Amino acid sequence: MTETPQHHGFGSMRRKEDARFIRGRGTFVDDIKLPGMLHGAILHSPHAHARILSVDTGAAEAHPKVKAVITGEVLAAMGLAWMPTLSGDVQAVLATDKVRFQGQEVAFVIAEDHYSARDAIELINVEYDALPVVSDARTAMDEEAPVIRDDLEGRTDNHIFDWEAGDRARTDEVFAGADVVLSQDMLYPRVHPAPLETCGIVADMDKVTGKLTVWATTQAPHAHRTLYALVTGLPEHKIRVISPDIGGGFGNKVGIYPGYVCSIVGSIVTGKPVKWMEDRSENLMTTSFARDYHMSGSIAATRDGKVLGVRVTTLADHGAFNGTAQPTKFPAGFFHVFTGSYDMQAAHCEVTGVYTNKAPGGVAYACSFRITEAVYLVERLIDLLAAELDVDPAELRLKNLLQPEQFPYTCATGWEYDSGDYATTLRLALDMAGYDALRKEQAEKRARGELMGIGISFFTEAVGAGPRKHMDIMGLGMADGAELRVHPTGKAVLRISVQSQGQGHETTFAQIVAEELGIPADDVEVVHGDTDQTPFGLGTYGSRSTPVSGAATAVVTRKVRERARLVAGAMLEADPGDLEWDAGRWFVRGDRTSGVTIQQIAMAAHGDLELPEGVEGHLDATTVYNPPNLTFPYGAYICVVDVDAGTGKVSVQRFIAVDDCGVRINPMIVEGQVHGGLADGIGMALMQVMAFDEQGNHLGASFMDYLLPTSMECPSWELGATVTPSPHHPLGAKGVGESATVGSPAAVVNAVVDALKPYGVRHADMPLTPANVWRTIQGSPFRTDLAIT
Amino acid sequence: MKITVTVNGQDHERDVEPRLLLVHFLRDDLGLTGTHWGCDTSNCGVCAVWLDDVPVKSCTVLAVMADGKTVRTVEDLERDGELDPVQKGFSECHGLQCGFCTPGMLMTSRWLLDTNPDPSDEEIRVAISGQLCRCTGYENIVRSVRWAAEHPAVQNTSEPDVTV
Repeated sequence: MTETPQHHGFGSMRRKEDARFIRGRGTFVDDIKLPGMLHGAILHSPHAHARILSVDTGAAEAHPKVKAVITGEVLAAMGLAWMPTLSGDVQAVLATDKVRFQGQEVAFVIAEDHYSARDAIELINVEYDALPVVSDARTAMDEEAPVIRDDLEGRTDNHIFDWEAGDRARTDEVFAGADVVLSQDMLYPRVHPAPLETCGIVADMDKVTGKLTVWATTQAPHAHRTLYALVTGLPEHKIRVISPDIGGGFGNKVGIYPGYVCSIVGSIVTGKPVKWMEDRSENLMTTSFARDYHMSGSIAATRDGKVLGVRVTTLADHGAFNGTAQPTKFPAGFFHVFTGSYDMQAAHCEVTGVYTNKAPGGVAYACSFRITEAVYLVERLIDLLAAELDVDPAELRLKNLLQPEQFPYTCATGWEYDSGDYATTLRLALDMAGYDALRKEQAEKRARGELMGIGISFFTEAVGAGPRKHMDIMGLGMADGAELRVHPTGKAVLRISVQSQGQGHETTFAQIVAEELGIPADDVEVVHGDTDQTPFGLGTYGSRSTPVSGAATAVVTRKVRERARLVAGAMLEADPGDLEWDAGRWFVRGDRTSGVTIQQIAMAAHGDLELPEGVEGHLDATTVYNPPNLTFPYGAYICVVDVDAGTGKVSVQRFIAVDDCGVRINPMIVEGQVHGGLADGIGMALMQVMAFDEQGNHLGASFMDYLLPTSMECPSWELGATVTPSPHHPLGAKGVGESATVGSPAAVVNAVVDALKPYGVRHADMPLTPANVWRTIQGSPFRTDLAIT
Repeated sequence: MKITVTVNGQDHERDVEPRLLLVHFLRDDLGLTGTHWGCDTSNCGVCAVWLDDVPVKSCTVLAVMADGKTVRTVEDLERDGELDPVQKGFSECHGLQCGFCTPGMLMTSRWLLDTNPDPSDEEIRVAISGQLCRCTGYENIVRSVRWAAEHPAVQNTSEPDVTV
């Protein structure tokens, strides 16, 4: 019997990329050093809203190490002072008329070294005329509010959009007939993804060849290339975008930032490569923030706990430019998937977007395009309902969760959920937690006057952007290409359009090829993050790599397998239709001894074997994958907290997370993704917030003020899994990268509110800092998005 | 100012500005880019190196303060082609994702195990509590350091393990 090749497909496997990182030999953007490279630095506005009267760059230009100073005026002469955003607005690259948020980019200095560039920005003298500031979105539409975007013709207020989804009349009807209707205002505060590597670029314009090479911290190198071509007018084939090793993205590195454009212009102007790396304050103050949703939600139910409908009115703070970096055709992203995991008769949401004097953004930070906000809303409403009806929140969820036979399920706002067995997942989480025992412990502690809380969140995600009917980026569809080459010796090179920021693509995608082609994952090299080396695709964000690019990889590998079948037919002198495939080899049906391995086929395909007519030889293939639908991963999370009534300090004692993301290609990597997201959830629920004062001063502009969870705030995560394959994904896989970030904040907040039940607390806004919890206990909570008063 | 710093066993003499940070000296002057920079406020710890055998945040040390002292960076962990157990542990236990905090975490972990060869999970958490990781939620970093504590002299295996 022919030896079966070693099968290295799905399963936990050490990562291929670790070899360089554990040696300190990754190549991040800031590690790139080119001959003659210059360094850029940005002058930022100290004001949140001010008219620019003059910009004097004379002293900076006279600095002996300065090579160029670029202002808004310089860019305006090139037609580049403004750039389009991904949401149909424009954003200032460098301010010309006004500054509209604190930290806005005003001038760009290019010098021989980083320190000199920083010195020189101090030499620029900008005269400002300070203007009234809108720092609270709730006042943005007041009559006396200053008009922030007077650059837009005919603009007389700060309104950006009104948008709605669902059936208003039907929802009103359901609410009118309901036994119980509950409402709650809740804020999902402004937060920032804060990857440890800030954003940056090295731009190198070769004037001889006319080729622009850009190394940038981008999650979407192909999209950036096309946008650079469209914005600058440079021919697209003369632009190469390389996204090398990226120190975390989380949505922060999807958009194009002014510093990138300035560096490219700087390289064109100076004829030298120009590097620009943000410092931490620049990262926190100017690049894509997330959330900032002021939600007024309501839930309707029968007295015995059957949820009938939800509705919400949302005020969305988009900052000074509408620059949400999201590809959906909806201004609120996928927010209208807010019916969550429950069977409801009706739902309706309204979202109003407004300008404020804050940095642009709104969609970032592993939010799956606003599903984070949607899940938080519905999971808080469910808990409020449980408290009102005095039923256990687990029981209420089990009563209302979608049932397996309802899938594919079209929710009240039109999303088609692909697959799920929700109750099984929740029951597993409850078992792992020892839920009944926890409730008993809680009762005992309450009797002793101690505050313990148990919070549940059940989330449904919608990831894998996506079908063309729902999304695009400035007209670009969201398909992903994949190309697989199999060399004569049977070793393979896979080229994919998505790009890793830590997700482990070099391993996971090799495992997909291994699984489908029956060769060891070590025999597959994965090439990504370089637009000259990879097929077009929209990048890695929104948990889309496995749903879209993973599917592309499976499809292209199957194409290779089919090409191999034809060659194998010639080798075995058999009709290809009579061949069967088994883990790395084709054999004649019924005769396992006759097979040829993929390695043997690869050599033959490149060799002198006489091929049947119409068979090209070689095994290489390419494909483009258009996802037919999103994938809908889900999970049940349970958080257990203790709260110190004297200080308001919350300690997370346990966190149980059961995720169902369909088939897991590398369970170790999947669990790692979940771990990171859970830490994010604790951070957002308990610590992280970007607050502003009345003058628009940013109160979270460094890690001294914008607190991220450390090893001391995070418990030892307890993970579980159920596997319900996606019916439409070639591997049955769903995305998972953002599941925990989306699902976990509600569990933490529900736990804290549960702990505070003896005080009659119904709700408290994130972050539940000691001060906020203590004030909530005292009955005087404060606005977490404004300076504490 | 003229300084001489012994980095990873090798003396480097340089003329530097007094304000130059040690992290920039290592990265820009010596080309040791394994040590990263992540914040301006000594919070994130991706720049952790050893200064005279004690972990420091090299963004908060001036290069001139390292004059006459020894510095050890991530590039020195692997010796004679043999990975340090903490390097193996991070790979075995998926203690890294994007890899940006990893060098700093590795240096602190090595120091911890040198001073406390059998730390509890709590002691590991305390040791790395001055360093941020945005990817792992710390769980697998703790496991990685535990692995290293339990495998002080394990031979390196270059083949990937399947541990389904």
